[in-house]
Amino acid sequence: MSATNDGDAANLLEVVGLTKIFGALKACDHVDLTIRRGEIHALLGENGAGKSTLVKMLFGSLEPNEGEIRWKGEPVRIASPGAARKLGIGMVFQHFSLFEALTAAENIALSLDDRTPIGTIAAKAQALSYSYGLPLDPYSMVGDLSVGERQRIEIIRCLLQTPELIILDEPTSVLTPQEADKLFETLERLRAEGKSILYISHRLEEVKRMCDAATVLRHGKVVGHCNPRRETASSLARMMVGNEVQAIVRPPVEASAPHPALLEIRNLDRKPATPFSIPLKNVNLAVKAGEVIGIAGVAGNGQGELFEAISGEVLQQEAGSIRVRNADAGHLSISGRRLLGAAFVPEERLGHGAAPRMRLSENLLLSRHKTDRKAFLGTAGMVQTSAIAAAAQRIVEVMDVRKSAPDPEAAALSGGNLQKFIIGRELDRRPSVMVVNQPTWGVDAGAAARIRQALIELARSGSAVLVISQDLDELFEISDAIAVMHNGELSKPLPIAEATFEKIGLLMGGAEPGHVEQHVKEVA
Amino acid sequence: MRIELVKRPQRSALFQVLSPFIALGLTLVAGAIMFSILGKNPLEALYYYFVAPLSGLWNPNDVWQLHELAIKAAPLILIAVGLSICYLSNNWNIGAEGQFIVGAIVGSILPVVFPTFESWIVLPLMLIMGIVGGAAYGAIPAFLKTRFNTNEILTSLMLVYVAQLFLDWMVRGPWRDPKGFNFPQTVQFNNSAILPELFPMSGRANWGFVFALLAALVMWFLVSRTLKGFEVKVLGQSPRAGRFAGFSSSRMVFFGFLVSGGLAGLAGISEVSGAINQLQPTISPGYGFTAIIVAFLGRLNPLGIVAAGLVLALSYLGGEAAQVSIGLSDKAVRAFQGMLLFFVLACDTLILYRIRLVRPAKSLELAHGNV
Repeated sequence: MSATNDGDAANLLEVVGLTKIFGALKACDHVDLTIRRGEIHALLGENGAGKSTLVKMLFGSLEPNEGEIRWKGEPVRIASPGAARKLGIGMVFQHFSLFEALTAAENIALSLDDRTPIGTIAAKAQALSYSYGLPLDPYSMVGDLSVGERQRIEIIRCLLQTPELIILDEPTSVLTPQEADKLFETLERLRAEGKSILYISHRLEEVKRMCDAATVLRHGKVVGHCNPRRETASSLARMMVGNEVQAIVRPPVEASAPHPALLEIRNLDRKPATPFSIPLKNVNLAVKAGEVIGIAGVAGNGQGELFEAISGEVLQQEAGSIRVRNADAGHLSISGRRLLGAAFVPEERLGHGAAPRMRLSENLLLSRHKTDRKAFLGTAGMVQTSAIAAAAQRIVEVMDVRKSAPDPEAAALSGGNLQKFIIGRELDRRPSVMVVNQPTWGVDAGAAARIRQALIELARSGSAVLVISQDLDELFEISDAIAVMHNGELSKPLPIAEATFEKIGLLMGGAEPGHVEQHVKEVA
Repeated sequence: MRIELVKRPQRSALFQVLSPFIALGLTLVAGAIMFSILGKNPLEALYYYFVAPLSGLWNPNDVWQLHELAIKAAPLILIAVGLSICYLSNNWNIGAEGQFIVGAIVGSILPVVFPTFESWIVLPLMLIMGIVGGAAYGAIPAFLKTRFNTNEILTSLMLVYVAQLFLDWMVRGPWRDPKGFNFPQTVQFNNSAILPELFPMSGRANWGFVFALLAALVMWFLVSRTLKGFEVKVLGQSPRAGRFAGFSSSRMVFFGFLVSGGLAGLAGISEVSGAINQLQPTISPGYGFTAIIVAFLGRLNPLGIVAAGLVLALSYLGGEAAQVSIGLSDKAVRAFQGMLLFFVLACDTLILYRIRLVRPAKSLELAHGNV
C-alpha cells in the first residue's frame, strides 16, 4: 500500500506483506505498515486482531512466516529482542517484567547487556527521568511503587538504550486518567526529539488526541491506514469492528416505584489472604432495586478480594456484613447466596467463570446446579442432559453467542462469545442481585455493547446490579452511581450526574473525597 | 532435520482412542528388543507372554487359565476404578498398595481372631471391614493434605511401606498361626470366611471379579451421568471454577481418597479371602502400583479400565509362563509394565499435539522470505 516509496529517508520502519501463521489461523495476513520519523503511529484493533503478533515480530520474539521488515530502507532480519534493541527498537510491555524485591535501578541494570556499575545506571536513569518529566527515585523498591511508577521504570529502561522507535503496548490500560496525561506529555516530548512511537491501544479518544497516523487491523488484515485526527471515534470504531456499534440506551430509574436495597455490604473487613492481596477496610455499599452501581479503580486495589467476599467464595466473619434481599448472607456459601437470588460473573472467564475443557452445556450446570436443581437434575443427582442442552440453546440464541460446533468446549469460544454466554447464563435465571467483575474485559465492541445493554435492562426490570470495572467509559455508560475502590477502601458512590472523569480519576489515585471537591474547584 | 510438536487447535478424538493402542504396539516392539538383548527369541517370548495364557479361549483344557486371568484382573480393576475417580479430581493417590494391604488386614480380623466363628454374616462383615480399613488408611493422606497441605503423592506412597512392614510384623508376631511350624502366616480361614468361586467346575475365579465389574459400572455411571461426577471433573480440571460452582475441594480430596482407598481395601480382602485364604508377608505382587498403569491405560474411564485391567493381568500371567517355559526373570514383568506406562503417557502427547518433521534449511527460507 504505502510502502512503495523505497529509500524515502523519512520512513523509519516499513513492513511489507508480513504474515504469521499459527496452525490454521493467520494471525497476521500480509500486513503493511509504515512508520515515519518523529510520528506517533497508532496500531488499532480489537482483541485478537493481530496487534500483539505484529508487534512481537517487530521486536524479534516471533519469526514471520512471510514478508519483509525494512529498517531505514534496509531489509533486516530481527531474530531476537536483543537484535531489535541493537537496531534501535525499544518496547514497553503491557505486563511489566520487573522484580518486586529489587530497586528500580537494579531492575534497569538487569536488562542492560553491558556491565555498567549500578551507581552510573542510577544516576543516568534519574537524569533521564527528570528530563522527560517522569520523576523516579532509582533506589526505591519496585514492590512499593504504584503501577504508574512501575511503568515509568519500564519506559526509562527502554529510553536508556536510546531507541529510535518505541513500541508501547496498551500503556494506559493500567493508569488513572491523571497518570495517563503525564504519559502523553512524555510521548509528545519524545516525538519532538524526532523519535517514533508505535502506540497500541483500543482507546479511540486517546488515539485521536495523540497520534499522527493510524493503522487499523481486523482479523489479522490491515483494513485501513488513516489520520486519526480526521476521523471520529465512531468512524474508527467502525473500521475496527467492521460494523456500526449499537449505542447504549439508559432509561432513567423509575422514580415512583419503591427501591429496596437488595444487596447490602456493611462494615466489611477482610484480612489479606496472601502477602500479595489487598485487605478490605470497612467497605459499605447498598445496591437498590432498579439501579446499576459501578465500582471503579485501578487494577489490584482490592476489587478481586471484594468480589470473592460478595460472591461467597470466601466467607465473612460477621453474617451481617453481606446481606442479600434482607437476609444475612455472610456465612452462606456461594450456592447459598445464589439460592437467595444473587448471581455472579467473575473477572476471569476461563478457569473461574467457566471450566475450559467442559462443554457449554456442562458449564451451564456449573453455576446453576443448585438454583435449577429441579429442572436440571433428576433422582440421585442424575444430570438431565436434554433439559440443560435446551437451556444452553436458549442462552446462545438470546445472547447471540457465535460458536463453531453445536456444543463446543468453553475454551474453543472467543473471549467475547464466552463472556456473552457466561453473562447470559446468569441473566437467564432473572437474578434479583447481579454482581459482575469486568463485564467486557477483552470483549469486542459489538459484544460489549450487548452485554452492557443487558445489564441495564436487568436493573430496570427491578434487580440490583453491581459492576466492578477498570473501564471508566463503560462505567459512565451504564452506572447510576460510581464508587471508587482504592487500596481496599471503597468511596461513597457518586451519583452519575455529579461524577466526572476527573473526580473519579482523583479518587482512583487515592485522593480523599473531600480533597477531590477542593482540587476540582482549584482547577476550575 | 528436527522433530517439532505442533499444538492442535482441538483435542484429537481419533488419537484419544488410538493412543492406548499405539502405546501397546510400541511396548511390544520395545519388549521384543529387550527380550533379544536378554538372549531370548523375541517372538517366542512374546508368544509365552501374550498368547499362551489365553489358550483357554480355544482349548477347553486350558479354561482354568482364563480363571487365573480373572483372579489377577479383579484387584487391578477394583483398585484402578477407584484411582480413576481420585485422579480425575486431581488428587494423586499413589498408595493404593498400602490401602489394599490394610483392607486385607482389617478384613481378616474376624477369621484370624475368631477362627471358630462360622456364620453367613462373616463374609459380608469381612468385606465391609476391608472397605472401611482401606478407606480409613486412604483418609490419612487426605487429612494431611487438607489440614497441612502436604503432598499426597509422597505421604500416600510412604504409607505403603508402613502398611507392608505392619503386615510383615503381624504375620510374624501377634497373628502367627500357633500350629504353623513357625511359618510367617496366619491360620487358614474357615469356610464361611472364604469368597466363593464362581464356577468351581472349571477354575478358581471368585466373586472378586464380579465386584470389579460392578464397581466399574457404578463408577462409570457416577462419573458420566451424575452431578457428583460433574463435581469430580470440574474440581479436577479447574479448581477455581469448582469453587465458583460451590463445590468444596477439601471435601473432594476426602471423597477421592475414601473411594479409592475403600475399593483398594475391598480388593485386598477379596484377594486374601478368595485366592490366598490366609495372611502372609506378601499378599500382592504390586497390584496397587500396577493399577496406576491400568487406570491410565484405561483413559481414567471405568469401562476402559476393565479392558486395561485384563491386559495388565495378562502381563502377570505371561510373566509367570515365560519364567517357567523359557527361564525369563520375573523382573522382566515389572520392566514390561513400566514400559507400558511410559508409552501410554508419552502417546497422550499425540492427543494435544501433532508431530512435524522440519528441515532447518527450508524453515529458514520460509521464515525470512527472499532475504
